[in-house]
This record gives sequence, C-alpha cells and structure tokens, in this order.
Amino acid sequence: MLGGVCGAVSQATGIDVTWVRIGTVLCCLASGIMVFVYAVAWLMIPMEGQSSNIYSRAIRDKRGIRLVVAVLVPVLILLSLITSSLHMPFLGFISWPTLLAAGLVVLIWRNANESEKEFIDHEVVPLLGTDVHGQGRRHLLIVRIVVGVAIGAFGIVLLVEGHTTIAALKPVGGAALVVAAAVIVFGPWWLSLVRDLIAERQARVRAEERGQMAAHVHDSVLQTLALIQRSSNDPQNVVRLARAQERELRAWLFEGRPPGVISDEATMLGEGVSLLQRQVEADHGITVQVVVVGDCELDDALRALLEAAREATVNAAKWSGADQVSVFAEVESDTVQIYVRDRGKGFDRAAVPEDRQGIAQSIEARMGRFGGAAVIRSAPGEGAEVQLRMPRRERVK
Amino acid sequence: MSGPEIPTPRGRPRIFLVEDHAVFRAGVKAELGDAVEVVGEADEADAAIELIGERLPAVVLLDVHLPGGGGLAVLRGVLPHHPEVQFLALSVSDAPEDVIDVIRAGARGYITKTISGPELLQAVYRVAAGDAVFSPRLAGFVLDAFAHGPAAPVAGLDPELDQLSPREREVLRLIARGYTYKEVARDLSISAKTVESHVSSVLRKLQLSTRHELTRWATDRRLV
Repeated sequence: MLGGVCGAVSQATGIDVTWVRIGTVLCCLASGIMVFVYAVAWLMIPMEGQSSNIYSRAIRDKRGIRLVVAVLVPVLILLSLITSSLHMPFLGFISWPTLLAAGLVVLIWRNANESEKEFIDHEVVPLLGTDVHGQGRRHLLIVRIVVGVAIGAFGIVLLVEGHTTIAALKPVGGAALVVAAAVIVFGPWWLSLVRDLIAERQARVRAEERGQMAAHVHDSVLQTLALIQRSSNDPQNVVRLARAQERELRAWLFEGRPPGVISDEATMLGEGVSLLQRQVEADHGITVQVVVVGDCELDDALRALLEAAREATVNAAKWSGADQVSVFAEVESDTVQIYVRDRGKGFDRAAVPEDRQGIAQSIEARMGRFGGAAVIRSAPGEGAEVQLRMPRRERVK
Repeated sequence: MSGPEIPTPRGRPRIFLVEDHAVFRAGVKAELGDAVEVVGEADEADAAIELIGERLPAVVLLDVHLPGGGGLAVLRGVLPHHPEVQFLALSVSDAPEDVIDVIRAGARGYITKTISGPELLQAVYRVAAGDAVFSPRLAGFVLDAFAHGPAAPVAGLDPELDQLSPREREVLRLIARGYTYKEVARDLSISAKTVESHVSSVLRKLQLSTRHELTRWATDRRLV
C-alpha cells in the first residue's frame, strides 16, 4: 500500500496480499528491523512497467548518499552514547533500524519518480508533522503535545533524581530529553514562523530589485532611445549611441557591473582594458574589439601601460579612418603586453610633424619611465599596430 | 543509404539557417545575397534537425541560443547521422561560456551576430571548405584555457591533445590581435594553408581535450 512492496511479494509468491500485509505489520510492530527491510525492498523492486528500480537511481545519487551518511552517523553515535549511559537497550533496539529506514526513505524520496513523489508528499510527510495543514492537523497537535509532555516529564524526573545514582551522564541525558520535548511541541510552530519571515523578506527583495531595474532602464535605455530619436538624421551618431548603450547594458546584465561608474579605480588589468574600451567607444564612435588573456593586479607601471594603450587606441580612432580597433592584452609570468591594431590608412613615422607629440610623449616616454618599451609598426595603406611591453614587478609563481 | 551529393565549396555553398528571430534571418539572407544558396531555415531545434537531415546543406548557420534545447540539441541531433554537414555557430555575445559548448559539440567555427556581411561570407566559405573559424576573443580564450602547463594525463588520451604547440600559440596570438589568416601567414612567413591547418588542429584539441578549463563550462550546466 505504501510502496507496493507487499503487492509485489504476493505476486511473486502467490500468497494473498492481505496476509502478506498483516504479516508485515506484525513484524514491524515486533521489531523496527522490518521497517528497514521494507524500505530496502522498496528500493530494490522495480515498479510495474518500469525497468529501472529506485535503487539503481539512488546509488548514482552521490549527494543524497553523502547527505544521509553525514546526518545518520553522528545521530547514531549520539544515540548509542545516550542509550548506554541510560541503560535503556530497548531504545537502541528500536531506534537503530528506524533511523536507517528514515535515511533510506530520504534516498527514496530524492530518486522517486513523479507519481511516487506525489504519494509521499500526500501520505508520508503529514505523518512526520512537517506539513501541518488539512485534516490531520488537530489530531497531530494533540499527539505531539502528549508525546512532548511525556518525554519532558521523563527528562525532568531524571534531572531531579540525578547526581546520586549514575555519575554525571544521566543529567545530560535528562537535559537532552527536555530539549527534545520542547522541539517536538514548539518545533512546527517555530518553523512556520521562520518560513513566513523568509517569504516576506524575499518579497521585499524582489520589489527592491524591480525598482532598481526600472530606475536603470529609465536612466540608460530610455535616455538613449530619446537621444537616438533626436539624432535620427545622423546615422553614425545613432550607431555610436546604440553601441555604447549595448555595451553598458551587457556589462550590467551579464557581468554585474553597475552602469555609469566609470572610474579610474580599476584594480585588475582586465577591468582596466574594458574600461578603456568603453570610454573610447563612447567618445569616438568606433568599435574596440578587446581580447584579454590572463589577468593580474594593476600597479603604477601597469597603469602607465594602460594609459599608453588608451592613447594608442584613441590615436587609431582619430587618425586611422578604420571603424574598428583591436586591443589584445596578454599577461605572462614576467611581462604584460598590449597590442593595439587598426586596419586604417597607416602612417609613416618620419612624416609625422614635429609638433605632434602623442606617440613620443604619451606612449614611448610613458612606457620608458617604468622600464617598458613601445614598438610601432605601420606603413601607409597598411594600417598600424602599436606593440607595448611592460615588465612585471611582482612575478607569479 | 546515399543521400543527395554534398556540393563542393566551390560555387555557391548550400546554406541552412537555424535562428529564431525572423528579422535576423531576413538580414542574413539579404547580406549573403546571391553568393550562397539558402536551402532552408528553421526557428527551433526539432524542425531544424529534421529539415537538415532532409536537405543536407553544406553549412548550417546555427544560433547558439535557440528555443527547444539550444544549438547544442541541433548539433547532437544531426552530427551523428550526417557528419559531413558543417556547423558555424552564431551568437549575440562573444563570451566563451556561450561558445565553448557548441564548439566542443562539433561546430567548426563561431562568429558574433554583429559581423559584417563580407566577413560572414568569408566565414561561411571557410567552414564550407572544412576549415575552422575563430574569432579573436575565442582565440584569446583558448590561449587562456591552455595556458597552465599540461593537465593531468588521462589514460588512453594522446597527451598532445592537452597542449598547444609553440607554433599554434603564435598563430592564436596573432588571431587574437585581430590579424586575418592571410596576415598571420605573412607575419610568420608561412602559407595560408599552413595557418588553416594550425587552426584546425587547435579546433580539434579544443574539441577533444579534457582540460578542466574546457570541461568546466559544460559541467556547470550539467551537460556532461
């Protein structure tokens, strides 16, 4: 009736199912062992019309097994301590198989199929007192109070009687029983209180999130859409706005970076490079394609490297005429390299007028101050690539 | 069983589009124009698997984020029966976690949806010819994933699969820097064909390696 085990046994042996059930119940009452046997049988015997039994699924459920073992072992040890100290072997005799059976039921529940799960939800869970609504509620409450008061009284008797007879372990057992009584009587009420609190907090968090989302969508997306409408006859500007917005939205949605916080306070190289990317894209309306391999913390030398890379990227955006610049940063054990490349019209270094100091000052001198170097490869019509290399102070490994 | 003959990449490659946004499908068709022959399209996985099996295109343009199991379902539904069909994955993002699974499931290349028309066409031709297509970002990810020494050796697996050769690293580094295959070839003084074979070999390693960095994406999503 519970797991269909009796039915299966009667089918296999030919004995009437009612007799098998009566026998099983009698065995259960006589000794907790039968409960354990029943649970094992539930695991092993496949359901009618199904090839795989719950056991084969449960054995693959490593997490479930770990969970059950982690809970059962300490409880069993505690129990054996208590029973031996209290001289109540009958307690151990019943509780051992019952606890093992409880562990198995947990495994069964984790691996049962839908119809079995539904059955367990409806029939078994209320019996355990964890789900107190519906018909059995008042009945259960009375049972709980009776059991709780009985155990509590027993514990108090042990406490009062203590000290004189069996060493110091007895009062400990008594205290444990009092606690157990309190848990049995007040547990479910306390549990439902906690559940209500959690539900309320979750609702509040959700409302806050909705508010933040609305604020962000207003500040960024709606503003950008308004700007796009106003500059509808300037396609390049529309593209620039859309791209910057896309980048920002993506950073917010997928990388969890709050929008609008463009500070120079990046602490990692990867962060710094994507900051550079967003700034140049927003200011100059070109696509900056970024690839970063490895990552490391920024120090003064690496900040200088980033500034040089930004200058190179801005140069490419301003002068090359290309609509895309590629930035590649690679962190190695002793150096960090950044390559800035465009496919624009390129230039001849010798032909750059003396008064234009961008490359010499902002790139080469800046790199040189920290022991780095810059190499520029370009020829008219071939695009340009600025190669920056900075040695690392703190080395990895 | 012998289906219709697979056309050679020369001439107009036969293309199949798997993508759930009708607007984007129309955009791709317009951009590719007459350079390819679009033999069919589908907007979800099951229909795609059936139609691809029927029409056997040379290249399938596959949206990674597809309803009904995603692009992965299509790859798994088609490749075991029709290994000759080449897949080129499309995604709105360039994030490795979106891409690495479809590559490992058998896609020959990967491009973002913001790619320009001529570049898209080039990628289609390259995949149709059996070569691999790497975006700079994917090349960067591969360098990252293979960066830390060899992984623990796995029995029965060629240890070569878990490391990149120095030449392959150089090629990937240049691709990550934004170089085209032709530019890579010139920079390293090798032929374009050699570059292609290096990239294909990297793709193979990417698909077969058991490195933790590569399997992580799959296990995180409980796909393995």
